[in-house]
Amino acid sequence: MNSRYEVVIGLEVHVQLTTKTKIFCGCSTEFGQSPNSQTCPVCLGLPGALPVLNQQVVENAIKAGLATNCQIAPHSIFARKNYFYPDLPKGYQISQFELPICEHGWIDIETAELGKKRVGITRIHMEEDAGKLLHNEVDSSAVDLNRACTPLLEVVSEPDMRSSDEAIAYLRQLHQIVVYLGICNGNLDEGSFRCDANVSIRPWGQTELGTRAELKNLNSFRFIKQAIEYEVERQIDVIEDGDEVVQETRLFDPDRGVSRSMRSKEEAHDYRYFPDPDLLPLQVSADWVTRVRDSLPELPLVKLQRYQDEMGLPAYDAGVLSAERPVAEYFEGLVALYNNPKVCSNWVMGEILGALKDKNLGIEDCPVSPELLAGILQRIDDKTISGKIAKTVFEEVWQSGKSADQVIEDKGLKQVSDSGAIEAIVDEVIAANPGPVAEYRGGKEKLMGFFVGQVMKASKGKANPGMANQLLKQKLS
Amino acid sequence: MKFQNLTIQEMRQKLISAELTSVELTRACLERIKATDDRLNAFITICEKEALTAAAAADQQLAAGNGALLTGIPVAVKDIFNTLDVRTTCGSKILNDYVSPYDATTITKLRELGAVIVGKLNMDEFAMGSSGENSAVGVAYNPWDPQRVPGGSSSGSAAAVAAGQVVATLGTDTGGSVRQPASHCGVVGLKPTYGRVSRYGVVAFASSLDQVGPVAGNVEDCALMLSAVAGYDPADSTSVDCPVPDYLENLTAGVAGKKIGLPKEYFIDGLDPDIKTAVNAAIETYRQLGAEIVEVSLPHTDYSVASYYLIAMAEASSNLARYDGVRFGRRQDGNKGLIEMYQQTRSAGFGDEVKRRIMMGTYALSSGYYDAYYLKAQKVRTLIRQDFHAVFEQVDLLLTPVAPTPAFKIGAMTDDPLQMYLSDIFTIPTNLAGTCAMSIPCGFSGEGLPIGLQLIGQPFAEAEMLQAAYAFEQATDWNKRVPEL
Amino acid sequence: MKISQKDVEHVARLARLTIAAEELETLTGQMDAILGYVDKLNELDTEAIEPMAHAVPMANAFRADEVKPAMGIERALQNAPVSGDECFTVPKVIE
Repeated sequence: MNSRYEVVIGLEVHVQLTTKTKIFCGCSTEFGQSPNSQTCPVCLGLPGALPVLNQQVVENAIKAGLATNCQIAPHSIFARKNYFYPDLPKGYQISQFELPICEHGWIDIETAELGKKRVGITRIHMEEDAGKLLHNEVDSSAVDLNRACTPLLEVVSEPDMRSSDEAIAYLRQLHQIVVYLGICNGNLDEGSFRCDANVSIRPWGQTELGTRAELKNLNSFRFIKQAIEYEVERQIDVIEDGDEVVQETRLFDPDRGVSRSMRSKEEAHDYRYFPDPDLLPLQVSADWVTRVRDSLPELPLVKLQRYQDEMGLPAYDAGVLSAERPVAEYFEGLVALYNNPKVCSNWVMGEILGALKDKNLGIEDCPVSPELLAGILQRIDDKTISGKIAKTVFEEVWQSGKSADQVIEDKGLKQVSDSGAIEAIVDEVIAANPGPVAEYRGGKEKLMGFFVGQVMKASKGKANPGMANQLLKQKLS
Repeated sequence: MKFQNLTIQEMRQKLISAELTSVELTRACLERIKATDDRLNAFITICEKEALTAAAAADQQLAAGNGALLTGIPVAVKDIFNTLDVRTTCGSKILNDYVSPYDATTITKLRELGAVIVGKLNMDEFAMGSSGENSAVGVAYNPWDPQRVPGGSSSGSAAAVAAGQVVATLGTDTGGSVRQPASHCGVVGLKPTYGRVSRYGVVAFASSLDQVGPVAGNVEDCALMLSAVAGYDPADSTSVDCPVPDYLENLTAGVAGKKIGLPKEYFIDGLDPDIKTAVNAAIETYRQLGAEIVEVSLPHTDYSVASYYLIAMAEASSNLARYDGVRFGRRQDGNKGLIEMYQQTRSAGFGDEVKRRIMMGTYALSSGYYDAYYLKAQKVRTLIRQDFHAVFEQVDLLLTPVAPTPAFKIGAMTDDPLQMYLSDIFTIPTNLAGTCAMSIPCGFSGEGLPIGLQLIGQPFAEAEMLQAAYAFEQATDWNKRVPEL
Repeated sequence: MKISQKDVEHVARLARLTIAAEELETLTGQMDAILGYVDKLNELDTEAIEPMAHAVPMANAFRADEVKPAMGIERALQNAPVSGDECFTVPKVIE
């Protein structure tokens, strides 16, 4: 934190929606196809073609709005934003300007430095993406319009963040929400979650905002942090040198860690927004909102709280398990079958996530389903196997996909709880270790662990440890 | 073969009875076009090969007894309709070589009904004009007088029907572009209610005003063409999902007992005396046919031209941004880079009137002027619609002149765009209100030029309007006169 | 004058048009005349009037999220003034 200046950050995030088709035509949105192979008269902006709104886009916008505590506008409209650029086929972008679908929301964030905080969301609106420009040649650029007309939500925050850490916390929270909702794949590399940052500084105590710079091309959380920090330093230098910050768009170069002014784009900004006469107004009924609200998944922050309050998990466990929806769903699936959240948490966070990480797999591809895992845990409870043997059983279930019972049966791993059999082993162990026996009897009770270990070893781990303990105590006393 | 005096219905009968084949009819039509188009310049593209293929297919359908509404009938469309694998220029240099990769919905409908499309018709560039003079390929000539304009922007659509080149055509009407040329050429032209006909694939001029409309030699054929193209289209968000009546049914219902309003604002001092005489005679005819004639008022009429041009130009400035030399159209390469390429392409590709309207529209939407011009015009549009709403509480139909004068001489207004805009005063209000209207021949001027009568119907009441037009046509014989070419 | 030659030049830049020097005066005069004419709208008090963006008051035209076949690269590029490597080619864009 700078001693002389307060940093003010507002973020505009473009969330690419995972609908099957584009926002205004039936072309596929699949990523990575041959250039211009996913186009039609509408998304190419051919003369006479007309847009028709994809209903799923509206549905997803409502979801995002509800999940970020926005008001859903009963009446909203689409507008044309007019400017010329080769990746913009029609010479205008269909967007929302006045009357967006969502307004006046917020999300809560938390940073180590500043603690908990609520960040306002000014608005969320729907719009179409532009195509892609490729700059492979020296004297020309190439235009691929596969991405043109892909649905985006633009989420505009209030200028409520005061540090790069808060900005990142906000972005992570928003990212988590849209991925949780299943409306965005969250892939930053493919540009599915893109951020522009408006950064300004002002002397502490000043209420009006300083002149802001808009930072573009921020496609990783690390770069965003770097870019904001670089920009803050740059603006401080400008002011300390007695100059004024100019309002401009700056492009961050992650390789060099610096940004530069995009003066070519500054020229004559006048977007001439007006309602798009080709698209009807959008009316979202209260019923529709209710239906979407009822269909929303439980959101990560709510889960986080519930895992602590209702399941009694530590904050750390709750955080790990709620961070990603598939993990949370796995965990909740497991708890539904085996009602001991802490044991479930230990196994999911330890065995499952560890093994997945080793094998570089996502939890969707986990070979041990919650059902299979619950099967293992139940066998520990009913003392068919010990906790130690359970690890072996787990590995075997992972490998074979067989049930715990099948694995225990096949490998003969059933715990020995027959007191006669254990007693025989205990006797063998006592007989084989006269020295330690004497020391134990002489008062060195810590040696009990040694004897139990010996019994387990002799039984190949199958002896019921509780019974072994009890019998050893009897015989050694 | 002489087919010029046949109606669509008569052609259909001859085709169905095998007295005539579609190939014969289409050949005759193509010959007539070739023989007369030097004089008329009504066509931009003639699709001989495609037409004969379609005609042969139509003959097979007819032979198999599968004839549809337009099977085998040669028609032509304004060059604003996208037609698959056929040049679609919109009367502009910038689209001179543009070959469309798709069909407009209305074209698909025509094809599905068996129509044979023989060509693409001349028009004011991007439908911007009231005379046909703003075409990149030169003005189409009025069949009644080669010194005069045919009206616009659907200049070729009206001239071709009047000259017997084709029996019916499609045009588009944004501020009178079907009705005014129909009036100037002595044929029937109809602008449906906004949303009645799909705009998908029709090159946009002003999206909230554009509507496709048929032109034909008589009311029945016009009704038939409307039946062919009307209807909801999921590809056009602004098309309206309400049932399409059979416009040919009950055409003879008459006007007895109907209330017809004469909006006093349309009967102004500047009206040409010949037009006044012809329209007054038409009013008398309706009275004799049993209609009740009442005077009504549309108080905001005088503001319609200003409201219309601001809205149309603003929408056009945005609709025409896509002509940037990137994906289609003629590129003029600037040596200095992208912005120069845009400027050169657009400056060389667009004609003066189009550029003027893009400039005006850009200005009306630009920062600081939006509220004063565009928004104001939209609010006045509301007042104009309310006028019609109120008047249709009192009457079934409105009757007015189509244009203040008959067809004017080529070049008479080219230096004064504002004067040209004002000549659309009687047709523009219905586009703003969105309601339906049509032009039917109602007389001739002292100089032998056709005069049109405008009927304005309630929204989606095309059937009732056509019945009134039909009653007038039956009682008169203005549509029987044909020009000497 | 409601509009100056400088304004006209600015609007031309926005619209990506070039106005030849000899046309500028005429065009400015024509635009000025049109603007003078449309000024008559200010005779009307529209304070309480809703603007009208569509001819027919309707809402909610949707399509289902179902993929339709694309038209193919060849079709997409068939009218391109310049193309290469399955893309439209434009003069170098400097960001």
